[in-house]
Amino acid sequence: MQTIDMNQTTRKQQLKNLAAWTFAWVLSTALVVFGAEFIWDGNAWITMAALAVNVLVGLGMILSNRRLLENCDELEKKIQLESMGLTLGLTLVVGIAFSMMDATNLIPFDAEIAFLVMFMGICYMLAIWFNNRRYR
Amino acid sequence: MKNTIRVLRAEKNWTQEQLASAIGVSRQTINAIEKEKFDPSLPTAFRIARLFEKPIEAIFTFEE
Repeated sequence: MQTIDMNQTTRKQQLKNLAAWTFAWVLSTALVVFGAEFIWDGNAWITMAALAVNVLVGLGMILSNRRLLENCDELEKKIQLESMGLTLGLTLVVGIAFSMMDATNLIPFDAEIAFLVMFMGICYMLAIWFNNRRYR
Repeated sequence: MKNTIRVLRAEKNWTQEQLASAIGVSRQTINAIEKEKFDPSLPTAFRIARLFEKPIEAIFTFEE
């Protein structure tokens, strides 16, 4: 029986690449926030340069994720699509509700974007776990 | 969509992993197709049919 290589080595390499890009993006984000405050004392040009690096690394991370998704098979793509769709919908609805809670002073703190990013991450992980169980 | 992949695979004495490698998908995908939780794409269905040397309609039955 002939086999069609799903290219597990490529998949592992792509996963490593995505992890590296994500780590670099987190580092560059921390550099923009903490560098401006503790290293270059708020110099606007350096902050803009650090921000440009942050956006470029972010784009690299997105392209790396795209390459990984292109290497998925049809069921894996379906699981990713359903999980991303659910995450996008929930983030929109919960994000707007959270923002309105802040605007109407229903919560005693500011509706920071960081809460939404954390919510997205948790929601995506749960959706992937649930959908993987569904098609097991 | 109903299918007879599990029976055909058993006749050939192949594991899900072997069948998955032969048509270029993951073992999870083969398992989901066998359990009729997931309908394969047309190219995958044709690859399965070609591998078992049967017409596609002998393996997959469409049900409304």
